[in-house]
Amino acid sequence: MWLAEGTPEGIGLFIPPWDEVIISSLCLIVIAIAVGKYGVPRYLKVLDERAEVIEGGIKRAERAEEEIAQIRSGLDAEKEAARLEAAKVREEAKSDASAIVAEAKAKAGDEARRISEAAQRQIDSERRAAEVSLRKDVGTLATELAERIVGESLKDSALAGRVIDRFLDDLESQTAAGKGV
Amino acid sequence: MRGYVDPLLGVMDLSSIGSMLAAAKTGGEGDGMHMPTLDELYPEPFWRIGEWFEFNRIDLIRVIATVALVVLVYLGARRTRLVPGRGQSTFELAMGFVHKQICEAAMPPAMARRYLPFIATIFFGVLALNITGVLPFLNVSSNGLVAVPMILAVCAWIAFVAQGIRSHGLGHFLTDNLFPKGAPKVMYILLTPIEFLSTFVLRPVTLTVRLMANMIAGHFLLTAFFVMTSYLLIEGAGLMKGLSLLTAAASFAFVIFEIFIAGLQAFIFAILTSVYIGLASEEH
Repeated sequence: MWLAEGTPEGIGLFIPPWDEVIISSLCLIVIAIAVGKYGVPRYLKVLDERAEVIEGGIKRAERAEEEIAQIRSGLDAEKEAARLEAAKVREEAKSDASAIVAEAKAKAGDEARRISEAAQRQIDSERRAAEVSLRKDVGTLATELAERIVGESLKDSALAGRVIDRFLDDLESQTAAGKGV
Repeated sequence: MRGYVDPLLGVMDLSSIGSMLAAAKTGGEGDGMHMPTLDELYPEPFWRIGEWFEFNRIDLIRVIATVALVVLVYLGARRTRLVPGRGQSTFELAMGFVHKQICEAAMPPAMARRYLPFIATIFFGVLALNITGVLPFLNVSSNGLVAVPMILAVCAWIAFVAQGIRSHGLGHFLTDNLFPKGAPKVMYILLTPIEFLSTFVLRPVTLTVRLMANMIAGHFLLTAFFVMTSYLLIEGAGLMKGLSLLTAAASFAFVIFEIFIAGLQAFIFAILTSVYIGLASEEH
């Protein structure tokens, strides 16, 4: 429109000539493509990605926390089990110890009895041996005494008395010497 | 070109007094100060194709802004990583602003995601085309022309009407908007035309005019201060030259202000569009 030449007046200011409309529309379409089709989607994409990363980070942290809590509760349970185990072991050890002591005591008693019995037996046999030898000695001595008495009695009764005394003295000194040894 | 004042000169007097003097000598007709007019928004075309297709300075600025925006988006988004670099951080900051402060302010999150491409196109498109108003050597925003604001407003209109029909069906959407609940039946004679105008006519019209008028006003404001500064400095008599310091300072302040306005208008256009879409989807 050639009318567009020169400065419009009044309402003409608000009636755009066609060439203006075309150029303006082209410019606005280019702007719309650059901003709306290129800029905004890229902006929204990076915004979403960032939100996702942040959300993912938060989730990861939560999961790690859960894991830690799980491990901690596991540790607590293990500790408790270990404590119980130790108590049981201690208890067992105590009872074992008393059993061992009792057994040792019994064994020691047996041994002592055995030893004392053996000693007793030995003493008995020694005593028997001593009795036998004593009896033999006493027999010999008696016989000897009897021979002396019989031999002397023929001579003197006073002598016989003296012989008996001497014999008894000998016997006494023998016994004393035996005791002294 | 009528008058010698080109928006280009406005900034050149801040950046290079030498070239400004040269321009003033060649272009100046010595008949005082030429305040800016709407003509600067309708310059002579330097291409004519056929009967009606023209390509002028404003179109060139529009194309430059578009290309610059495309390049910036590409640089920000070409290698997106989880741990962003500097470019990606800036890109994400800007996108995040549109996402959280504009879309999610007016819609539920899932819907905000769906509409983010549309709203972001509006925000960054309007911002890129606005900001040329303060860029040296461009010095005019192509949004001072009706085309882009009107096209975007029509898109916004289509978007919220489509969302309304999708959410409630055509009948419900229309009755919800045209016959506000709770009013006495007689009042609908008055209410229905008002609601129709405000929802289906004035929404796109105000979107268009607000943006366009802000850009025209900003251009006039900046150009006026630039022109005053150069005029006072060159043609001011004696002490009057000193006043140019004041207008130069004001120019600087208004450049900052216009940067703010460029962002603010982009924000307003984008958030109103999301609010309209959000309202259309809501249960009444």
